[in-house]
Amino acid sequence: MTSLSATQLAEIENRHPDVFRRSLLKRYTPLLVALGCLLYVVYCWWFFSIGAVIGGGQWERANLYARQWYSYDLRPTIRFTGTEAKITYPRYSPLGNNPSPEWVNQAGGRVTVDFGSSGSVSADSKRVTVDHRGETLTMVLEPDGAKPQGPMPGWATLREDEVKVDFGFAGEARISPERVSISRRFMGWPNFVFDPNSPFWGKSFSEVAGLITSGERIKPEMSNASLAFDNIWNNSQWQHGDVWTKLLQTIVMAFVGTLFASLVALPLAFMAARNITPNFFANQLTKRFFDFLRSVDMLIWALFFTRAFGPGPLAGISAIFFTDTGTLGKVYSETLENVDDKQREGVRSVGASPVVVQRFGVVPQVLPVFLSQALYFWESNTRSATIIGAVGAGGIGLKLWEAMRTNSNWANVAYMVLLILIVVFIFDNISNALRRRLMDGGNAGH
Amino acid sequence: MSQTVHTGLSAEGLAIERHWRELASRRRLYSILIIGALAVALGSSLWFANESNAGKFFDRLPHFFDFAGDMLPRDGWEVWRALFDLPSPYFDGSLKYDYPEGRVYLFGSSLYVPEYFYKMLETLNIAALSTLIGFVFGFMLCFLAAKNLVASRMLRFLVRRYMEVLRAFPEIVIAGFFAAVLSLGAIPAIFAVGIHTIGALGKLFYEVVENADMKAEEGLRAVGANWFERVGFAIVPQVMPNFMSYALLRLEINVRASTIIGAVGGGGIGEELRLSIGRGHEAKTLAIILLLFTTVVAVDQFSAWLRRRLVGAQSFDFGR
Repeated sequence: MTSLSATQLAEIENRHPDVFRRSLLKRYTPLLVALGCLLYVVYCWWFFSIGAVIGGGQWERANLYARQWYSYDLRPTIRFTGTEAKITYPRYSPLGNNPSPEWVNQAGGRVTVDFGSSGSVSADSKRVTVDHRGETLTMVLEPDGAKPQGPMPGWATLREDEVKVDFGFAGEARISPERVSISRRFMGWPNFVFDPNSPFWGKSFSEVAGLITSGERIKPEMSNASLAFDNIWNNSQWQHGDVWTKLLQTIVMAFVGTLFASLVALPLAFMAARNITPNFFANQLTKRFFDFLRSVDMLIWALFFTRAFGPGPLAGISAIFFTDTGTLGKVYSETLENVDDKQREGVRSVGASPVVVQRFGVVPQVLPVFLSQALYFWESNTRSATIIGAVGAGGIGLKLWEAMRTNSNWANVAYMVLLILIVVFIFDNISNALRRRLMDGGNAGH
Repeated sequence: MSQTVHTGLSAEGLAIERHWRELASRRRLYSILIIGALAVALGSSLWFANESNAGKFFDRLPHFFDFAGDMLPRDGWEVWRALFDLPSPYFDGSLKYDYPEGRVYLFGSSLYVPEYFYKMLETLNIAALSTLIGFVFGFMLCFLAAKNLVASRMLRFLVRRYMEVLRAFPEIVIAGFFAAVLSLGAIPAIFAVGIHTIGALGKLFYEVVENADMKAEEGLRAVGANWFERVGFAIVPQVMPNFMSYALLRLEINVRASTIIGAVGGGGIGEELRLSIGRGHEAKTLAIILLLFTTVVAVDQFSAWLRRRLVGAQSFDFGR
């Protein structure tokens, strides 16, 4: 291994002063920028009082809500009447009107609720026995409270007259002298296809298929297939029909808004490009008009048109149309200003009229780029259409926002998010594939 | 197709001519089909949109300008009074003309920041902070997704899909989720816009990294530099100007995004705008629109100037 001597090192240093002896400012710019960013974060920490808000947040709720995305809980209650314990279910429970789930065992005045591998709760009118992964806790029920026998284990807490037993993900039980409130959690989305009011509810797939293809009519006025479809479409908890209609609205908003915007931006861009319309006044007027449309936020347009047309997709279409006419017009006119002039000259030199010069000298050059830009905006508008929907401009945004505001419908939120992700993913791929083809075709054509 | 035009052509020439005509007519057919399909899709979309809207297009159109007329304040000075929180001569005890009520006093009771300027500052801070968050995390992730720096297909795939999910996840759901935990306000909005920005910037960043010149990296590899040294001294100095330029472009987008998030409960100027349009406070609405418009133009101009200084004109080509 050879190594450089001190003089050689010094020589290299002298040969490249721009690398080894840069000015102080140059040397410390990255550090200064980083320091500035850090100071800015500190300022924002103070401005939004981030520490206080995050500290004061109810993070245990975050866990609870996150669970509701992919699981659901059932809340039966064990009540004590005289010498008997009886289990009751809330009305409109996902289990239907006459539930008898296999994890509840009711016999001889005694109710046992099975929490799977996590344990079980067993209650009669005098005492409640909890089995938690092999450990047992017995509580004697007295009028002034549930009295645990023996020391309290870590998974149970006593508060006033109530003992709370925590089974982790599987649920919890609250034991008080009058009742035992059970919360039992299961994975999945309940009654996703049929709700309990449907005659098809609780039937297996083959049974439903049999009913639809060869069964007798359940309702005389319609065939079983249309009844099944109607039941799915109007599922009371999942509201498939409403969700899909709103999703379609969102897609339509993005599609129509972008299409109109590109159709209107096209002629205006020809007017704004200074090499095509050699008129300073017309150029500036159109360009400032584009700037205006673009800079008035999409939110302002959305709120404005929601007032004008009423809530719904028309407002969303108009908002996207106005904003994107500005953006696409700007992009299009910049593309037009960069076209190769040789083709126009060629067409002009054979005596073509001005319109024909644009048609054959300019459009073939820019059309792939224009279409590609329009597709790109179509794709990104599918995303923004979701969010302007939440201010009333139509589509799934408002539904999503309402489902979130109640804080109890996170499974529905998850369902809608999943649909949106799928739609965005599909459109992403369609638009990417089309753009790639356009660009390849465009390159091959020149 | 049976017309013979140029009799002077040889047999090969005629074959070429015929082939060209066939191609052209097929192309024309495809164009007509595509335009027809688009027209049908557009027509049915418009019908559907009109059907499911609360007000119908042609019923509402005549009243359109009535509403625009409703937005005019009683006199032009009202807009300036609303903007700078000065007392109004029309003040009648209602919120509509009560401009000084929103003043944010700084020191004692003499110096104040007008309400909407303060809210605008809040929105700008949301945008800037979330861009910063997106930049930092996008910077950390992007090198792991670049083909020329990470050999493991699996790791690249994971990082790319992760950024894709961050990007596609609706901002409003992130905001709603954190609003449920932290209560409504600016911080859920920062989370929402920031998380989206991580995904968006991460994607742009790794594309820049993949296009970087690898000669410097090779040189460092030859003298035995480890992965971090190679990235730090060979790649980062090359890509940093582009990164900054993309981050500034993102800042422009985030200013708009945080106004919209604000309108659905994230605080800031968006919320004020939604409230004042909803309540029909025309002077306040116009003041906010004026302020928002000026700010958006100013941010765009500033960012364009800075980007031009950083990377030159190429930062203005759109549609990556």
